[in-house]
Amino acid sequence: MKYIDEYKNKEIAQNILWQIRRISKKKINLMEVCGTHTVAIFRNGIRKMLPQNINLISGPGCPVCVTPIQYIDEIIAFSRKDNFIITTFGDMIRVPGSTSTLEKEKANGSDVRIVYSTLDALKIAYDNPAKNIVFMGIGFETTSPTIARAILKAEEEKIKNFSVLSVAKIIPPAMRFLLESGEVNIDGFICPGHVSAIIGSKPYSLIAFQYGVPCVISGFEPLDILQSIYLLIRQIENGRAEVEIQYERVVKPEGNKIAMDKINEVFKVVDSDWRGIGNIPLSGLEIKDKYGKFNARKFAIKKEETKEPKGCLCGEVLRGVITPPECPLFKNICTPEDPKGACMVSTEGTCAAYYKYN
Amino acid sequence: MCLAIPGKVKKIFNDNTAEIEIGGIVKRASLDLIPQVVVGDYVLLHAGFAIEVIDQEKALEISKAWEGNID
Repeated sequence: MKYIDEYKNKEIAQNILWQIRRISKKKINLMEVCGTHTVAIFRNGIRKMLPQNINLISGPGCPVCVTPIQYIDEIIAFSRKDNFIITTFGDMIRVPGSTSTLEKEKANGSDVRIVYSTLDALKIAYDNPAKNIVFMGIGFETTSPTIARAILKAEEEKIKNFSVLSVAKIIPPAMRFLLESGEVNIDGFICPGHVSAIIGSKPYSLIAFQYGVPCVISGFEPLDILQSIYLLIRQIENGRAEVEIQYERVVKPEGNKIAMDKINEVFKVVDSDWRGIGNIPLSGLEIKDKYGKFNARKFAIKKEETKEPKGCLCGEVLRGVITPPECPLFKNICTPEDPKGACMVSTEGTCAAYYKYN
Repeated sequence: MCLAIPGKVKKIFNDNTAEIEIGGIVKRASLDLIPQVVVGDYVLLHAGFAIEVIDQEKALEISKAWEGNID
Protein backbone atom coordinates (compact mmCIF):
# COMPACT_ATOMS: atom_id res chain seq x y z
CA MET A 1 0.00 0.00 0.00
CA LYS A 2 1.23 3.49 -0.86
CA TYR A 3 2.64 5.41 2.10
CA ILE A 4 3.06 2.18 4.05
CA ASP A 5 5.23 -0.19 2.03
CA GLU A 6 7.96 2.34 1.26
CA TYR A 7 8.56 2.77 4.99
CA LYS A 8 9.40 -0.88 5.47
CA ASN A 9 12.54 -0.91 3.30
CA LYS A 10 15.08 -3.29 4.84
CA GLU A 11 18.21 -1.63 3.45
CA ILE A 12 17.23 1.80 4.72
CA ALA A 13 16.36 0.25 8.09
CA GLN A 14 19.85 -1.21 8.24
CA ASN A 15 21.36 2.16 7.36
CA ILE A 16 19.46 3.84 10.18
CA LEU A 17 20.39 1.09 12.63
CA TRP A 18 24.03 1.42 11.62
CA GLN A 19 23.91 5.16 12.32
CA ILE A 20 22.16 4.53 15.64
CA ARG A 21 24.96 2.18 16.69
CA ARG A 22 27.54 4.68 15.51
CA ILE A 23 26.31 7.67 17.54
CA SER A 24 24.73 5.99 20.58
CA LYS A 25 26.93 5.97 23.66
CA LYS A 26 24.73 6.67 26.69
CA LYS A 27 22.44 4.20 28.39
CA ILE A 28 18.98 5.64 27.85
CA ASN A 29 15.25 5.01 28.31
CA LEU A 30 12.91 6.18 25.55
CA MET A 31 9.17 6.10 26.18
CA GLU A 32 6.54 5.69 23.48
CA VAL A 33 3.26 7.19 24.62
CA CYS A 34 1.00 5.78 21.95
CA GLY A 35 -0.50 2.31 21.94
CA THR A 36 -0.29 2.20 18.15
CA HIS A 37 3.47 2.75 18.49
CA THR A 38 3.69 0.02 21.14
CA VAL A 39 2.12 -2.48 18.75
CA ALA A 40 4.25 -1.32 15.78
CA ILE A 41 7.45 -1.61 17.87
CA PHE A 42 6.59 -5.16 18.91
CA ARG A 43 5.26 -6.31 15.55
CA ASN A 44 8.42 -5.20 13.79
CA GLY A 45 10.79 -6.51 16.44
CA ILE A 46 12.33 -3.07 16.91
CA ARG A 47 13.34 -3.62 20.56
CA LYS A 48 15.53 -6.53 19.52
CA MET A 49 17.22 -4.58 16.72
CA LEU A 50 18.49 -1.82 19.00
CA PRO A 51 21.78 -1.82 20.88
CA GLN A 52 21.44 -2.90 24.50
CA ASN A 53 22.00 0.56 25.91
CA ILE A 54 18.71 1.75 24.38
CA ASN A 55 15.67 0.69 26.36
CA LEU A 56 12.16 1.29 25.04
CA ILE A 57 9.41 1.73 27.65
CA SER A 58 5.68 1.74 26.90
CA GLY A 59 3.70 4.58 28.44
CA PRO A 60 0.03 5.34 29.07
CA GLY A 61 -0.91 5.50 25.40
CA CYS A 62 -3.88 3.21 25.18
CA PRO A 63 -7.15 5.05 25.88
CA VAL A 64 -8.98 1.86 26.81
CA CYS A 65 -6.25 0.97 29.32
CA VAL A 66 -6.17 4.34 31.06
CA THR A 67 -9.95 4.57 31.55
CA PRO A 68 -10.66 3.92 35.24
CA ILE A 69 -12.93 1.03 36.05
CA GLN A 70 -15.68 3.28 37.46
CA TYR A 71 -16.31 4.66 33.98
CA ILE A 72 -16.61 1.16 32.57
CA ASP A 73 -19.14 0.53 35.34
CA GLU A 74 -20.90 3.76 34.35
CA ILE A 75 -21.44 2.68 30.72
CA ILE A 76 -22.43 -0.80 31.90
CA ALA A 77 -25.06 0.82 34.16
CA PHE A 78 -26.41 2.70 31.12
CA SER A 79 -26.60 -0.54 29.15
CA ARG A 80 -28.83 -2.03 31.86
CA LYS A 81 -31.42 0.74 31.54
CA ASP A 82 -34.56 0.24 29.49
CA ASN A 83 -34.81 2.17 26.27
CA PHE A 84 -31.08 2.79 25.99
CA ILE A 85 -28.82 1.77 23.13
CA ILE A 86 -25.09 1.83 23.90
CA THR A 87 -22.80 2.62 20.99
CA THR A 88 -19.06 2.13 21.30
CA PHE A 89 -15.84 1.50 19.46
CA GLY A 90 -15.07 -2.21 19.44
CA ASP A 91 -12.08 -1.87 21.79
CA MET A 92 -14.34 -1.22 24.78
CA ILE A 93 -16.68 -4.15 24.58
CA ARG A 94 -14.59 -6.72 26.45
CA VAL A 95 -13.05 -4.41 29.03
CA PRO A 96 -13.93 -5.74 32.48
CA GLY A 97 -15.86 -3.45 34.82
CA SER A 98 -16.22 -4.35 38.50
CA THR A 99 -18.44 -7.35 37.78
CA SER A 100 -19.36 -7.33 34.09
CA THR A 101 -18.45 -6.20 30.58
CA LEU A 102 -20.49 -4.62 27.79
CA GLU A 103 -20.12 -7.92 25.94
CA LYS A 104 -21.74 -9.82 28.83
CA GLU A 105 -24.52 -7.23 29.09
CA LYS A 106 -25.18 -7.61 25.37
CA ALA A 107 -25.39 -11.39 25.80
CA ASN A 108 -27.89 -10.74 28.59
CA GLY A 109 -30.12 -8.76 26.26
CA SER A 110 -28.82 -5.18 26.47
CA ASP A 111 -28.67 -3.28 23.20
CA VAL A 112 -24.94 -2.66 22.76
CA ARG A 113 -23.70 -1.83 19.26
CA ILE A 114 -20.16 -1.50 17.96
CA VAL A 115 -19.67 1.43 15.63
CA TYR A 116 -16.76 2.36 13.39
CA SER A 117 -17.43 6.09 13.52
CA THR A 118 -19.17 8.56 15.83
CA LEU A 119 -21.38 9.46 12.88
CA ASP A 120 -22.59 5.83 12.75
CA ALA A 121 -23.72 6.25 16.36
CA LEU A 122 -25.54 9.41 15.38
CA LYS A 123 -27.26 7.54 12.53
CA ILE A 124 -28.47 4.93 15.04
CA ALA A 125 -29.97 7.79 17.08
CA TYR A 126 -31.67 9.18 13.99
CA ASP A 127 -33.10 5.75 13.10
CA ASN A 128 -34.34 5.04 16.66
CA PRO A 129 -36.10 8.22 17.82
CA ALA A 130 -37.86 6.47 20.72
CA LYS A 131 -34.59 5.30 22.31
CA ASN A 132 -31.73 7.09 24.05
CA ILE A 133 -28.43 6.49 22.31
CA VAL A 134 -25.33 6.84 24.48
CA PHE A 135 -21.91 6.86 22.82
CA MET A 136 -18.89 5.88 24.94
CA GLY A 137 -16.68 8.87 24.17
CA ILE A 138 -13.24 7.39 24.62
CA GLY A 139 -10.02 8.48 22.95
CA PHE A 140 -7.14 10.88 22.81
CA GLU A 141 -6.87 14.00 20.65
CA THR A 142 -6.97 11.95 17.42
CA THR A 143 -10.50 10.80 18.21
CA SER A 144 -11.91 13.75 20.21
CA PRO A 145 -12.59 15.91 17.12
CA THR A 146 -14.72 13.11 15.67
CA ILE A 147 -16.73 13.01 18.92
CA ALA A 148 -17.06 16.80 18.86
CA ARG A 149 -18.20 16.68 15.25
CA ALA A 150 -20.96 14.17 16.08
CA ILE A 151 -22.23 16.43 18.87
CA LEU A 152 -22.19 19.48 16.59
CA LYS A 153 -24.01 17.50 13.90
CA ALA A 154 -26.61 16.35 16.44
CA GLU A 155 -27.16 20.03 17.29
CA GLU A 156 -27.42 21.03 13.60
CA GLU A 157 -29.81 18.23 12.76
CA LYS A 158 -31.76 18.54 16.02
CA ILE A 159 -31.17 14.93 17.01
CA LYS A 160 -32.22 15.00 20.66
CA ASN A 161 -31.81 11.37 21.67
CA PHE A 162 -28.00 11.26 21.21
CA SER A 163 -25.58 11.75 24.06
CA VAL A 164 -21.92 11.09 24.84
CA LEU A 165 -20.35 9.75 28.01
CA SER A 166 -17.04 11.57 27.68
CA VAL A 167 -13.92 9.92 29.02
CA ALA A 168 -11.71 11.63 26.41
CA LYS A 169 -8.18 12.47 27.49
CA ILE A 170 -5.27 14.73 26.55
CA ILE A 171 -1.80 13.21 26.25
CA PRO A 172 0.81 15.95 27.01
CA PRO A 173 -0.33 16.50 30.66
CA ALA A 174 0.17 12.76 31.30
CA MET A 175 3.71 12.97 29.88
CA ARG A 176 4.50 15.88 32.19
CA PHE A 177 2.94 14.00 35.11
CA LEU A 178 5.21 11.01 34.54
CA LEU A 179 8.26 13.27 34.46
CA GLU A 180 7.14 15.09 37.63
CA SER A 181 6.62 11.82 39.48
CA GLY A 182 10.24 10.85 38.84
CA GLU A 183 9.24 7.21 39.18
CA VAL A 184 10.75 6.30 35.84
CA ASN A 185 13.80 7.85 34.26
CA ILE A 186 12.74 9.02 30.79
CA ASP A 187 15.46 10.40 28.50
CA GLY A 188 13.27 10.99 25.46
CA PHE A 189 9.72 10.69 24.19
CA ILE A 190 8.58 9.06 20.96
CA CYS A 191 5.52 11.30 20.59
CA PRO A 192 2.24 10.10 19.08
CA GLY A 193 1.98 10.90 15.36
CA HIS A 194 -1.76 10.94 14.97
CA VAL A 195 -2.49 12.84 18.19
CA SER A 196 0.08 15.35 16.92
CA ALA A 197 -1.62 15.57 13.50
CA ILE A 198 -4.41 17.26 15.47
CA ILE A 199 -2.54 19.18 18.23
CA GLY A 200 0.67 19.99 16.33
CA SER A 201 4.13 20.14 17.92
CA LYS A 202 3.73 23.10 20.28
CA PRO A 203 2.16 21.27 23.25
CA TYR A 204 5.41 19.29 23.67
CA SER A 205 7.60 22.41 23.87
CA LEU A 206 7.18 22.67 27.64
CA ILE A 207 8.35 19.07 28.04
CA ALA A 208 11.46 19.70 25.98
CA PHE A 209 12.33 23.09 27.47
CA GLN A 210 11.18 22.81 31.08
CA TYR A 211 12.19 19.20 31.71
CA GLY A 212 15.04 18.98 29.22
CA VAL A 213 13.57 15.87 27.64
CA PRO A 214 13.75 15.59 23.83
CA CYS A 215 10.52 14.86 21.96
CA VAL A 216 10.25 13.44 18.44
CA ILE A 217 6.85 13.13 16.79
CA SER A 218 6.91 9.83 14.97
CA GLY A 219 5.06 7.97 12.23
CA PHE A 220 4.11 4.34 12.66
CA GLU A 221 6.02 2.33 10.09
CA PRO A 222 9.37 0.69 10.94
CA LEU A 223 11.50 3.34 9.20
CA ASP A 224 9.53 6.11 10.91
CA ILE A 225 10.15 4.63 14.35
CA LEU A 226 13.82 3.87 13.68
CA GLN A 227 14.41 7.37 12.36
CA SER A 228 12.65 8.86 15.39
CA ILE A 229 14.85 6.82 17.71
CA TYR A 230 17.90 8.04 15.76
CA LEU A 231 16.76 11.67 16.09
CA LEU A 232 16.20 11.25 19.84
CA ILE A 233 19.62 9.68 20.34
CA ARG A 234 21.23 12.45 18.31
CA GLN A 235 19.61 15.07 20.55
CA ILE A 236 20.55 13.22 23.74
CA GLU A 237 24.15 12.62 22.71
CA ASN A 238 24.50 16.28 21.67
CA GLY A 239 22.93 17.54 24.90
CA ARG A 240 19.92 19.07 23.14
CA ALA A 241 16.25 18.89 24.14
CA GLU A 242 13.95 20.01 21.35
CA VAL A 243 10.72 19.03 19.65
CA GLU A 244 11.33 17.51 16.22
CA ILE A 245 8.78 16.22 13.73
CA GLN A 246 9.87 13.01 12.03
CA TYR A 247 6.34 12.38 10.70
CA GLU A 248 6.47 15.47 8.50
CA ARG A 249 4.33 13.98 5.74
CA VAL A 250 1.36 14.23 8.11
CA VAL A 251 2.12 16.48 11.10
CA LYS A 252 2.29 20.26 10.77
CA PRO A 253 3.70 22.35 13.63
CA GLU A 254 0.31 24.03 14.01
CA GLY A 255 -1.69 20.78 13.83
CA ASN A 256 -5.17 20.60 12.34
CA LYS A 257 -6.85 23.89 13.27
CA ILE A 258 -10.31 22.86 12.11
CA ALA A 259 -10.19 19.74 14.28
CA MET A 260 -8.88 21.72 17.28
CA ASP A 261 -11.65 24.31 16.83
CA LYS A 262 -14.23 21.53 17.02
CA ILE A 263 -12.67 20.15 20.22
CA ASN A 264 -12.57 23.64 21.77
CA GLU A 265 -16.13 24.43 20.72
CA VAL A 266 -17.65 21.33 22.34
CA PHE A 267 -15.32 20.40 25.20
CA LYS A 268 -13.82 22.04 28.25
CA VAL A 269 -10.53 20.84 29.72
CA VAL A 270 -11.00 19.27 33.14
CA ASP A 271 -8.98 17.30 35.69
CA SER A 272 -9.20 13.63 34.87
CA ASP A 273 -8.58 10.28 36.51
CA TRP A 274 -6.19 7.93 34.73
CA ARG A 275 -6.21 4.29 35.61
CA GLY A 276 -3.13 3.34 37.59
CA ILE A 277 -1.84 6.90 37.57
CA GLY A 278 -4.44 8.91 39.46
CA ASN A 279 -5.90 12.34 38.91
CA ILE A 280 -3.96 14.46 36.42
CA PRO A 281 -4.83 18.16 36.37
CA LEU A 282 -6.30 19.45 33.10
CA SER A 283 -5.91 16.15 31.25
CA GLY A 284 -9.49 15.30 30.29
CA LEU A 285 -12.30 16.62 28.13
CA GLU A 286 -15.85 17.12 29.38
CA ILE A 287 -18.76 18.43 27.33
CA LYS A 288 -19.37 22.15 27.84
CA ASP A 289 -22.64 23.19 29.52
CA LYS A 290 -23.62 24.82 26.24
CA TYR A 291 -23.95 21.31 24.78
CA GLY A 292 -25.15 19.78 28.07
CA LYS A 293 -28.15 18.16 26.41
CA PHE A 294 -25.70 15.86 24.64
CA ASN A 295 -23.91 14.93 27.85
CA ALA A 296 -24.96 11.44 29.01
CA ARG A 297 -24.21 12.49 32.60
CA LYS A 298 -27.54 14.42 32.54
CA PHE A 299 -29.21 11.03 33.19
CA ALA A 300 -29.36 9.72 36.74
CA ILE A 301 -27.78 6.29 36.83
CA LYS A 302 -26.84 4.02 39.65
CA LYS A 303 -23.61 2.18 39.11
CA GLU A 304 -22.26 -0.62 41.23
CA GLU A 305 -19.49 -0.26 43.77
CA THR A 306 -16.09 -0.20 42.09
CA LYS A 307 -13.95 -3.27 42.57
CA GLU A 308 -10.48 -3.39 41.06
CA PRO A 309 -9.30 -6.81 39.84
CA LYS A 310 -7.20 -8.37 42.61
CA GLY A 311 -3.49 -8.50 41.95
CA CYS A 312 -3.69 -6.66 38.60
CA LEU A 313 -0.69 -4.38 38.06
CA CYS A 314 -2.01 -2.48 35.03
CA GLY A 315 -1.22 0.77 36.83
CA GLU A 316 2.47 0.00 37.19
CA VAL A 317 2.58 -1.16 33.56
CA LEU A 318 0.91 2.07 32.37
CA ARG A 319 3.44 4.19 34.27
CA GLY A 320 6.29 2.21 32.75
CA VAL A 321 7.44 1.09 36.21
CA ILE A 322 7.24 -2.62 35.44
CA THR A 323 7.01 -4.69 32.28
CA PRO A 324 4.03 -7.07 31.92
CA PRO A 325 5.98 -10.27 32.70
CA GLU A 326 6.67 -8.80 36.17
CA CYS A 327 2.92 -8.92 36.97
CA PRO A 328 2.01 -12.20 38.71
CA LEU A 329 -1.25 -12.44 36.73
CA PHE A 330 0.42 -12.08 33.31
CA LYS A 331 0.01 -15.20 31.13
CA ASN A 332 -0.98 -16.97 34.31
CA ILE A 333 -4.61 -16.07 34.87
CA CYS A 334 -4.64 -12.95 32.67
CA THR A 335 -4.65 -13.77 28.96
CA PRO A 336 -6.23 -12.17 25.88
CA GLU A 337 -8.97 -14.85 26.03
CA ASP A 338 -9.71 -14.13 29.68
CA PRO A 339 -8.27 -10.70 30.48
CA LYS A 340 -8.26 -9.39 34.05
CA GLY A 341 -6.93 -5.92 33.36
CA ALA A 342 -7.53 -3.46 30.54
CA CYS A 343 -3.91 -3.65 29.33
CA MET A 344 -4.55 -7.23 28.25
CA VAL A 345 -7.95 -6.52 26.63
CA SER A 346 -7.05 -3.84 24.18
CA THR A 347 -4.99 -4.99 21.22
CA GLU A 348 -2.92 -1.87 21.85
CA GLY A 349 -2.44 -2.62 25.53
CA THR A 350 1.16 -3.23 26.60
CA CYS A 351 0.27 -6.59 28.16
CA ALA A 352 -1.52 -7.76 25.01
CA ALA A 353 1.45 -6.68 22.87
CA TYR A 354 3.92 -8.53 25.15
CA TYR A 355 1.68 -11.59 25.14
CA LYS A 356 1.39 -11.68 21.38
CA TYR A 357 4.86 -10.70 20.23
CA ASN A 358 7.40 -11.26 22.99
CA MET B 1 -6.87 3.35 19.10
CA CYS B 2 -5.16 6.18 17.30
CA LEU B 3 -4.66 4.02 14.25
CA ALA B 4 -5.05 5.91 10.97
CA ILE B 5 -4.63 4.43 7.51
CA PRO B 6 -3.55 6.22 4.30
CA GLY B 7 -6.00 6.17 1.41
CA LYS B 8 -6.61 7.94 -1.90
CA VAL B 9 -9.58 10.25 -2.37
CA LYS B 10 -11.55 8.95 -5.38
CA LYS B 11 -14.75 10.95 -5.32
CA ILE B 12 -16.11 13.83 -3.24
CA PHE B 13 -19.84 14.20 -2.55
CA ASN B 14 -21.97 17.26 -1.78
CA ASP B 15 -22.44 16.23 1.84
CA ASN B 16 -18.68 16.67 2.44
CA THR B 17 -17.98 12.97 2.45
CA ALA B 18 -15.67 11.13 0.09
CA GLU B 19 -14.97 7.71 -1.30
CA ILE B 20 -11.48 6.77 -0.19
CA GLU B 21 -9.58 3.81 -1.57
CA ILE B 22 -7.45 1.94 0.92
CA GLY B 23 -5.49 -0.96 -0.57
CA GLY B 24 -8.26 -1.77 -3.09
CA ILE B 25 -11.14 -1.31 -0.66
CA VAL B 26 -13.33 1.76 -0.99
CA LYS B 27 -14.66 3.39 2.19
CA ARG B 28 -16.92 6.38 2.63
CA ALA B 29 -15.52 8.92 5.08
CA SER B 30 -16.29 12.39 6.37
CA LEU B 31 -14.15 15.33 5.20
CA ASP B 32 -15.43 17.60 7.97
CA LEU B 33 -11.99 17.85 9.58
CA ILE B 34 -10.08 18.58 6.34
CA PRO B 35 -12.48 20.30 3.91
CA GLN B 36 -9.63 21.46 1.62
CA VAL B 37 -9.15 17.96 0.16
CA VAL B 38 -9.30 17.38 -3.60
CA VAL B 39 -9.73 14.18 -5.63
CA GLY B 40 -6.37 12.42 -5.95
CA ASP B 41 -5.09 13.54 -2.53
CA TYR B 42 -3.90 10.92 -0.10
CA VAL B 43 -5.43 11.31 3.33
CA LEU B 44 -5.20 9.59 6.68
CA LEU B 45 -8.40 7.91 7.71
CA HIS B 46 -9.31 7.51 11.40
CA ALA B 47 -12.68 6.23 12.68
CA GLY B 48 -14.61 7.31 9.59
CA PHE B 49 -12.97 10.72 9.29
CA ALA B 50 -10.13 11.94 7.09
CA ILE B 51 -7.93 13.70 9.67
CA GLU B 52 -5.04 15.01 7.58
CA VAL B 53 -3.73 15.23 4.02
CA ILE B 54 -0.45 13.43 3.33
CA ASP B 55 2.21 15.78 1.98
CA GLN B 56 3.46 13.83 -1.04
CA GLU B 57 6.79 15.68 -1.28
CA LYS B 58 7.65 15.29 2.39
CA ALA B 59 6.68 11.62 2.14
CA LEU B 60 9.73 10.97 -0.06
CA GLU B 61 12.23 12.57 2.28
CA ILE B 62 13.08 9.58 4.47
CA SER B 63 14.25 7.43 1.61
CA LYS B 64 16.12 10.38 0.05
CA ALA B 65 17.84 11.10 3.36
CA TRP B 66 18.92 7.57 4.11
CA GLU B 67 19.53 5.81 0.84
CA GLY B 68 23.25 5.12 0.50
CA ASN B 69 23.90 6.91 3.74
CA ILE B 70 26.46 4.52 5.14
CA ASP B 71 29.74 6.34 5.51
